[in-house]
Amino acid sequence: MSETLVSLRGVTKSYTRGKETVQVLEALDLEIAAGDFLALMGPSGSGKTTLLNLIGGLDQPSGGEIAVNGERIDRLSSGKLAKWRADHVGFVFQFYNLLPVLSAQRNVELPLLLTKLSASKRKEHAQIALDIVGLKDRAKHKPNELSGGQAQRVAIARALVGDPALLVCDEPTGDLDRKTADEILTLLQELNRSHGKTIIMVTHDPKAAEYATHTLHLDKGRLVESAETAG
Amino acid sequence: MKFFPLIWASLWRKKARTLLTLLSIVVAFLLFGMLQGVNSAINRGVELANVDRLITINKLSLTEPLPISYLNQINAVSGVEGVAYATWFGSYYQEPQQFVFGSPVDPELYLPLVPELQIADESVRKLTQTRTGAVVGQALMAKYDWSVGDRIPIQSSIWTKAADGTSNWEFDIVGTYTVPSDANQEQGFLFNHSYFDEARAFGNGTVGWYLIKVSDPGRAAEVARAVDALFANSSAETKTQSEKEFSQSFIKQFGDINFIVTAILGAVFFTLLFLTGNTMMQSVRERVPELAVLKTLGFSDTTVTVFVVIESLLLCLFAAVLGLGLSSLMFPAMKGVIGQATLPADVVLSGLIAAVLLALVIALIPALRTMRLSIVDALAGR
Repeated sequence: MSETLVSLRGVTKSYTRGKETVQVLEALDLEIAAGDFLALMGPSGSGKTTLLNLIGGLDQPSGGEIAVNGERIDRLSSGKLAKWRADHVGFVFQFYNLLPVLSAQRNVELPLLLTKLSASKRKEHAQIALDIVGLKDRAKHKPNELSGGQAQRVAIARALVGDPALLVCDEPTGDLDRKTADEILTLLQELNRSHGKTIIMVTHDPKAAEYATHTLHLDKGRLVESAETAG
Repeated sequence: MKFFPLIWASLWRKKARTLLTLLSIVVAFLLFGMLQGVNSAINRGVELANVDRLITINKLSLTEPLPISYLNQINAVSGVEGVAYATWFGSYYQEPQQFVFGSPVDPELYLPLVPELQIADESVRKLTQTRTGAVVGQALMAKYDWSVGDRIPIQSSIWTKAADGTSNWEFDIVGTYTVPSDANQEQGFLFNHSYFDEARAFGNGTVGWYLIKVSDPGRAAEVARAVDALFANSSAETKTQSEKEFSQSFIKQFGDINFIVTAILGAVFFTLLFLTGNTMMQSVRERVPELAVLKTLGFSDTTVTVFVVIESLLLCLFAAVLGLGLSSLMFPAMKGVIGQATLPADVVLSGLIAAVLLALVIALIPALRTMRLSIVDALAGR
């Protein structure tokens, strides 16, 4: 039995929009084992991305506890949470979210600017990360000079470069064609299997979910189904 | 320093817009350098004014003359070490635009009172012996390429000659002088009052002002009061001021230059504030998702906010250096007009301070927005 990496107990999340309070997550309990590749599925508005944001430390719950690797992140201040994210989580977004003014190399180096690594070490680490995603030869290219698949690989390299235990992916293949999506998912699977990264991926795509080891379904802020998949 | 490439790249995200904004700030600082530089050059004369000299003018106006007979009476006032007189000649060389700061004086009275003028004894001797002689500041000599021995025509916009009714005067340059403490004062053209007084068509027996040297600067105010008291209720009452006060009131004849410069620059920078502030806000608004990504990656709210402020500082300081540098290059070309050949260091310093203040003000709203930026909302496009 693998150790629990992410633990959520009684987590609730609500937003206030104007005069209306919207309950997004309700009393959610969840444990994610280290080394897991979890797919979060569910209809739009079911709370998938909210849950992902809470686990990734991008948002704070309205109630309940969230612990990652034993550390209660729901209690951290904004500044400490930022530091925690830099140290422990890699993020991959649907639209890559690379900085258009920086080359692939510089984009990958971004998280390392917050470390004490020298410029040469940062460069070295970024090259290794780009090599892992198969884009070492595109290091000097800017995002607008890359295809969607390549841009997403750069984003994955950026997520990897700080060697975080947890990768949080929000619809990583949502903007890609099937073939490219499969390549990206294979890469994520490889990172999970060979590099031991715990991956939590939000997706609408059942085929994408097949690459994960587990799939959770949410509906109206509640977990409704859990299944192991072939991935 | 490791963040510099990121900040610099962000600044140039939209090259054309940044370049245009930069140019507008450059022009503002070019104007700042030029106007403040000219203002500083004008005020420099005031700052260099001597503390142990007084100027006595007609109480009505500087343009109203005073009788030459006042000389002996002023000389008799307690605390007066020496008295000389001079008159505004209002002269130019060939073209009205080519000002010549001409002044008829009695060399034997005047020159001992202005020791800052370095002049050879031989030149003084020749000046006193040559009725139409003139000693000319070295800078003015160089400006019109004159040489000692030249006979030159000078026109006066005030004084006509009794002999022919024209305002064409001729002088023989018999020597030059320098002012090591301030080369700007080398623009003068001194000639004999006796020649001027005999030849002029009107105003004979009068002078423009008296220059008084006091034996003790601490008694200057007392001496000034005593001099003015001498001529109270006369047909030509006097107003005696320190040389500094006189310089200031002389400059104010042309208008409050300080106020004009400040008003122009105030308007320019006020407009610039809105223009650049709007551009900066637009730039940050467009980059909200990118700023959110930086925060996602672990950059703190403060760090990302500081990036925005530094961007603003880089833009304004870079433009200020360019603008002030350009104005510095233009100053030598204006030497003939203002006499000041370099941009004063205090103007450069105040320009850089203005750039920093401008940068901080225009960065204020974008920085606050960045500080408060919610990652989740920004990434969701809300």
